[in-house]
Amino acid sequence: MTPKNLFQKVWEAHSVKALSNGQTQLFVGRHLIHEVTSPQAFGMLREKGLPVRYPERTFATVDHIVPTNESSEPYSDPLADAMIKELRKNCEDFGVTFFDVSTGKQGIVHVVGPEQGLTQPGMTIACGDSHTSTHGAFGAIAFGIGTSQVRDLLATQTMALGKLKVRRIEVNGDLAPGVYAKDVILHIIRKLGVNGGTGYAYEYAGDVFDRFTMEERMTVCNMSIEGGARAGYVNPDETTFEYIKGRPYAPKGDDWEKAVENWRSFASDEGCDYDDIISIRAQEIPPTVTWGINPGQAIGVDESIPSPDKVAEDEKAGTVEALEYMKLTPGIPLEGTPIDVAFVGSCTNGRISDLEEVAKHLNGQKVKDGVHAIVVPGSQIVSQMAVEKGLDKVFINAGFEWRAAGCSMCLAMNPDKLIGDQLCASSSNRNFKGRQGSPTGRTMLMSPVMVAAAAITGQITDARKVFQN
Amino acid sequence: MPLAKINQVSGTAVYVPGDDIDTDRIIPARFMKCVTFDGLGEYLFHDVRFDEQGRKKDHSLNDDKFVDSSIMLSGKNFGCGSSREHAPQSLYRAGFRAIIAGNFAEIFFGNSINLGIPCVGMDAEDRASLAQWVEANAETQVTVDVDLLQVRAGNLTLPCEMRAGARDSLLNGAWDPLDELLSVSSEVDQVAKQLNYV
Ligand code: SF4
Repeated sequence: MTPKNLFQKVWEAHSVKALSNGQTQLFVGRHLIHEVTSPQAFGMLREKGLPVRYPERTFATVDHIVPTNESSEPYSDPLADAMIKELRKNCEDFGVTFFDVSTGKQGIVHVVGPEQGLTQPGMTIACGDSHTSTHGAFGAIAFGIGTSQVRDLLATQTMALGKLKVRRIEVNGDLAPGVYAKDVILHIIRKLGVNGGTGYAYEYAGDVFDRFTMEERMTVCNMSIEGGARAGYVNPDETTFEYIKGRPYAPKGDDWEKAVENWRSFASDEGCDYDDIISIRAQEIPPTVTWGINPGQAIGVDESIPSPDKVAEDEKAGTVEALEYMKLTPGIPLEGTPIDVAFVGSCTNGRISDLEEVAKHLNGQKVKDGVHAIVVPGSQIVSQMAVEKGLDKVFINAGFEWRAAGCSMCLAMNPDKLIGDQLCASSSNRNFKGRQGSPTGRTMLMSPVMVAAAAITGQITDARKVFQN
Repeated sequence: MPLAKINQVSGTAVYVPGDDIDTDRIIPARFMKCVTFDGLGEYLFHDVRFDEQGRKKDHSLNDDKFVDSSIMLSGKNFGCGSSREHAPQSLYRAGFRAIIAGNFAEIFFGNSINLGIPCVGMDAEDRASLAQWVEANAETQVTVDVDLLQVRAGNLTLPCEMRAGARDSLLNGAWDPLDELLSVSSEVDQVAKQLNYV
């Protein structure tokens, strides 16, 4: 048999038929929904009088609009309140499982899926949210989709999709101390560009990924979309199986061995073809920070803000625009840029290992006066685990606000927002203009530990200098 | 109801300069607090059109000459960022029926085609001449010809491109795939059964 890569195998296993527009009708094993992109899809079903075809394959949670500092309903924002009620009603009417706030299992959809064991190797997964690529960490092929496709999935459990090419990105060697999964993906996007991945699924591989934990793999896969790729994945291995084992929706008993055997068979074969292969040396990757208004505008923490005269011709205009928006002077060192807000959270870096890593470093240090620092667990379960380990106290003692689970300050659909042109050191994934709620607000993306270092010193700083323990 | 066959779109055009215009720019997230898409047109490009006090800023979409335009011209990597269909929906509801850009982010492109909004790619030089023409001829029609893959404006005839499958689906009135997806129910069950999901 010709060797195949994981993408090809999963694609073939889920193909229903070729469509007249040249795309493929693809069966989607798991469908995840949230309050922002699903109500209109349910509306379309009602309009057409269609049922949900496989309600047991769709799972819902609420994340974008939940306030993280008030727990009782009705929410003070009537629009947010209407959205959670609408989702609740849709799930009831159509028989969809809803990890509602009262279940203790609510959280950011890309944290909840893996946490519940819903995300498994060899699956196709889709969600009306671009960071669905996160689930690829398990060797699933996971797509972010629009609301019309959410409708298609609810109605048919299939969607129309064009086949992707596959680019293997190998990162071999050892990461330098203080360099995290977040730096790896920021570095990849910096190198390949924000649309370098157009038309591709990214297969992440090599020593670094082999050694990564599942949560680190999720951080990288999460931001595939920022690099323009439609999906990103890591081949499933023992680390993957170990993580899934025992979770609520994981296969149990005799089914477990069968499932593992099946999952293993989806991994890319030795000697299979790729449309492209790229190799990166782990040692080259610095703690990376974005200085601009797209995630590709990133530099190493010890570098200086780029000057428009020194970038390629076709990046000039973008550089000028970014510098102006970010109110940064070209040529000055990035380190020392003062910050106003520090945010630890999001589907990129709001998991238990992220919180543990930051807490481990905080070690008695205090957030700088004048910096507003918040930490937002990715899910209620993450929150509970953190509390059991006493991490909430570590954060609170350091001067962070400890919040309830949700998307929070990753985007402006809840009360957590930047004000005016505040600059936020953020562990999230997008630094677009206005992303964090103020039309002039500024975002710098970095690893959670770098966010903590910025919170403590009040400026962008190489975390390795701040935390010498 | 069969879908319309979209061979070409004609209307006046507006130029929105900039590369990497992301979906947060097209429709800022705070306006996505809604359970229908109905009112979204109003908030299109809100934060670049209005200042914090709600006053109009200098922007082509605020220019009276361009208020009725139904074709948008922009830069590279248009629609990058989130998968929110709210972005093409807000364009549609603000009256836009075709978009010309350097190239498009994939999810945005797919979402737009699903709504029957042709998105055509054009090279930088031709975009520059078209932009110039549009500034000078705000009231004259531009035609995005999906069939011939060209954009016509006055004396200009400029080549443009679109992925073949997407183009076919517009030309054949099959841009919304739902009916075709619904038509093979038993095959879907078959695939579901063969999958070893536990
Ligand atoms: S945390 Fe941010 S990126 Fe992730 S799902 Fe929520 S809003 Fe989207």
